[in-house]
Amino acid sequence: MSDYKQGLRDGIPIALGYFFVSFSFGITGVAQGLYWWEVTLISMLNLTSAGQFAGMKIMLGGGSLAELAISQLIINLRYSLMSISLSQKVDGKFRGASRWALGFGITDEIFGVSVNRDREVSRSYFLGLMTLPYLGWSGGTLGGGVFGSILPAGITEVMSIAIYGMFLAIIVPKAKSDLHVLWVVLIAAAVSCLLYYAPVFSGVSVGTSIIICALAASTIGAILFPVSVTEEKTGGAA
Amino acid sequence: MKLTEFFTALAVMAAVTYLVRALPFGLMQRKITNRFLQSVLYYIPYAVLAAMTFPGILYCTKQMLPSAVGTGVALVLSYRGRGMVTVALAACAAVGLMMLIL
Repeated sequence: MSDYKQGLRDGIPIALGYFFVSFSFGITGVAQGLYWWEVTLISMLNLTSAGQFAGMKIMLGGGSLAELAISQLIINLRYSLMSISLSQKVDGKFRGASRWALGFGITDEIFGVSVNRDREVSRSYFLGLMTLPYLGWSGGTLGGGVFGSILPAGITEVMSIAIYGMFLAIIVPKAKSDLHVLWVVLIAAAVSCLLYYAPVFSGVSVGTSIIICALAASTIGAILFPVSVTEEKTGGAA
Repeated sequence: MKLTEFFTALAVMAAVTYLVRALPFGLMQRKITNRFLQSVLYYIPYAVLAAMTFPGILYCTKQMLPSAVGTGVALVLSYRGRGMVTVALAACAAVGLMMLIL
C-alpha cells in the first residue's frame, strides 16, 4: 500500500471524531450570530478546536485584535512543541516548501498518529493522514452551520455541550494518569471560576481570562512539577 | 458583526495559528532543551482546556441542571477512558433527557 493510502486510512477515525465535534462548532457559531459560511471559513483556515472556539467568543464579544492574537498564540503554542517534535521524525525528503505547506495540518490527533508511527514520516503519508480529518472538520462545520439555522433551538442547545465533552475526554484521562496535570487543571479551573464569579473581575474578557488562567496554571505547574527533559512528553489536546 | 471586522479577525486568527505550527516545523532543527519552557508547554494545553470548560460548561443550556447532569456524565465516562465521540454524545444525550424531563 502506498504511503498516501496508508495515511488516508489512518486518518479515518480522526476524521469521524472531527466531523462530530465541528458539527457542534458550526451549530454554536450560527446560534451565536455568525453566518454558516463564516463558521465554515473559520474551520477551513484554522483547523483547531480550542483556538477556534475561544477565537469565536472573542470575535463576537467585540474583543480587540491584540487579545485575539495573544489568545490564539497561547492556546495554540503546543503546536510549536509538536511541530518541533515532528521535525525530528520526518524523512529526508520532507523539507523546505513541503514543510511550510503541510505544517498547516499539525493538530493534536494528526501529530499523535504520525509520531507514533513505527517508521519515518514521509510527505505523502502526512498529506494522506491530514486529508480526511481536514475534510471532516470543514464539512462538519458546514453541516452544523447549515442545519444549525433550521434545527429547532432545543437541539442546538443539547449539542452545545458536545465540545466541552470533547475537552473533558482529553483532560480527564491525562489528569488521572498524571497527578501533576490534575493539579494544573484544578488551578486553571479555579482561577477561571474566580475571574468569572468575582465581581472585581467582571471587566475581564473571555480572551484575557483564558490567557491569565493558562499562563498562571502552567507556570505554577512548571515551577512545582518540572517535566523531565529526557521524557518524551507532548500535549494531547485538540 | 460587520464583514470587514469578521475578515480582519479571521485573518489574524488564521495567521497566528498557521505561524505557530509552521514556523517551528519549517525552521527548527533541534529540540527545546530549557526545562522550564518545556514544562510550561507541556502543561498549557490542559490548563487552556480546563479554563475553557469551567465554568462555561455549566452555562451551555438555559437552565443549569441539564448542563450539570451532562457534565457529570462526561466526567464519569472520560474517567473510564471512553473516547471523545462517546463522551460528547453521551453528554448530549444526558442534557437532552434532562431537558425533556424538566
